[in-house]
Amino acid sequence: MKRVAVVGASLAGVRAAQELRAQGYDAGIVLIGEEPHLPYDRPPLSKAFLAGTASPASLELLDAGDLASLALDFRLGVRATALEPSNRRVLLSDGGSVHADGVVIATGGRARTLPGFEGAHTLRTLDDAVALRSSLVPGVRVAIVGAGFIGAEVASTCRSLGLDVVVLEALAAPLAPVLGPSLAAVCARLHRDHGTDLRCGVAVAGMDAAGVHLADGSLVPADVVVTGVGMTPATDWLAGSGLKVGDGVHTDAGLVTSLPSVVAVGDVARYHAGGTGRRHEHWTNASEQAPVAVANLLAGRTTRTYEPSGYVWSDQYSGTLQLAGHPRPDDTLSYVDGDPASSSFVAAFQRDGETVGVFALNNAKLFNRLRRQALRRPATV
Amino acid sequence: MIRACTVDELPPGESVRIPGAPAVAVFHTEAGELYAIDDTCTHQDASLADGWLEGCFVECPLHAALFDLRTGVPTCLPAKEPVRTYPVLVDDGVVYVQGVAGEDAA
Ligand SMILES: Cc1cc2nc3c(=O)[nH]c(=O)nc-3n(C[C@H](O)[C@H](O)[C@H](O)COP(=O)(O)OP(=O)(O)OC[C@H]3O[C@@H](n4cnc5c(N)ncnc54)[C@H](O)[C@@H]3O)c2cc1C
Ligand code: FES
Repeated sequence: MKRVAVVGASLAGVRAAQELRAQGYDAGIVLIGEEPHLPYDRPPLSKAFLAGTASPASLELLDAGDLASLALDFRLGVRATALEPSNRRVLLSDGGSVHADGVVIATGGRARTLPGFEGAHTLRTLDDAVALRSSLVPGVRVAIVGAGFIGAEVASTCRSLGLDVVVLEALAAPLAPVLGPSLAAVCARLHRDHGTDLRCGVAVAGMDAAGVHLADGSLVPADVVVTGVGMTPATDWLAGSGLKVGDGVHTDAGLVTSLPSVVAVGDVARYHAGGTGRRHEHWTNASEQAPVAVANLLAGRTTRTYEPSGYVWSDQYSGTLQLAGHPRPDDTLSYVDGDPASSSFVAAFQRDGETVGVFALNNAKLFNRLRRQALRRPATV
Repeated sequence: MIRACTVDELPPGESVRIPGAPAVAVFHTEAGELYAIDDTCTHQDASLADGWLEGCFVECPLHAALFDLRTGVPTCLPAKEPVRTYPVLVDDGVVYVQGVAGEDAA
């Protein structure tokens, strides 16, 4: 291969470029990114960066040394508009195109928006975070739609800035479909303990200058409205490529698409393993998929398959939440250390007598020990 | 130089956090080597003494950046800056860490 085009210049794209070099590929790498910024990390956007304690420079994924050693041909501020496999070309929004023998699709996703919520903030990009940050001036009342990871983190950061926060959640408890009822109750407690007005089982209808209107006709007064209702995989540019897309780019268990010269990584990759398609929207997944996808791209066929660790973290209020494995909400939960009322605990999800997941609040050491032992995660070295 | 612990208190595969400014983490690898580094991960504020020890690398307990105990250099994201390393000395069954701030005058 003489040239690889990596489309999407965020975590998954950067990790793919690093892996190409680490696995001995020494020809051209073109890194195409729609955002004008050098690759940066997203998790701090809802945490330290939004709070104003982390600088934009601290978010950068590559330092000057990495930039020099990776020798990437950056095309930033340009969108890939089409993939033409027959010509081996990626077309660009500036009218140009890139000829590439291999393509890594790493286009992640865009924040979902809600009808009737024009003018609400979303939080996916650095520019989104800058805009939201500038509206969080003292005294504003914040309403957040959605109590998932991002909604909860934004609520937490807004509280740390001393703002009044209401969180409106459609489910009966935050994150219940992921964590199950008892841990969802813990998440609800974190909100309450820190003065956030969490309202569950609420249907929103729309917003205007007065605030958020609910389906029951009532108004939640707010000056700043944030919607945190998930993301949509960025696959629009692949229409007409012949690749199968639908809630992400479809790949085999090794992240290879129907074309051996095209792989997908990160939030956009919908890989098929054991008959089902799965997609993850977490940092560690984007990072860990890169070595597998790149190995298969360089081999020209699927030689390795991806084993997700299911690792996710979230920082909410005074707590660091950590989850690993693939629990279901109906698994049996047992507390290995502490209990749901404590400020630090570790819990294990069990199914048919086997540990299938580990969750911790502020107990990283025991969490990692259990995750290694119980989930037999292969060593990273 | 600060006294960390006795050798008996730190069996192979274990680590200990020595509070201070900065806090220091001392590791005893399965191979029997002793290493000391700054305890606080350069990415956020995790305690590396809580991390997973694998050979002469420690994996940060929060986001899995891997630090080489010999050099303090992270070998993968999300950490980018190295942690400081300190020489370790064993005398009469006691583990000491050299060069930790505060003992410069000596
Ligand atoms: C605010 C926030 C906080 C988060 N916090 C956590 C956390 O605490 N823990 C955790 O595990 N995960 C967290 N995540 C998730 C994590 O950041 C994502 O899983 C990760 O960023 C995925 O990386 P990616 O490269 O696959 O996709 P993305 O980061 O979405 O990057 C895709 C890139 O591709 C670009 N792009 C899209 N289409 C095109 C195109 N056609 N042409 C060119 N470029 C294109 C986009 O502009 C974007 O820069 C958080 C995410 C957000 C938004
Ligand atoms: S705090 Fe250590 S890797 Fe993030």
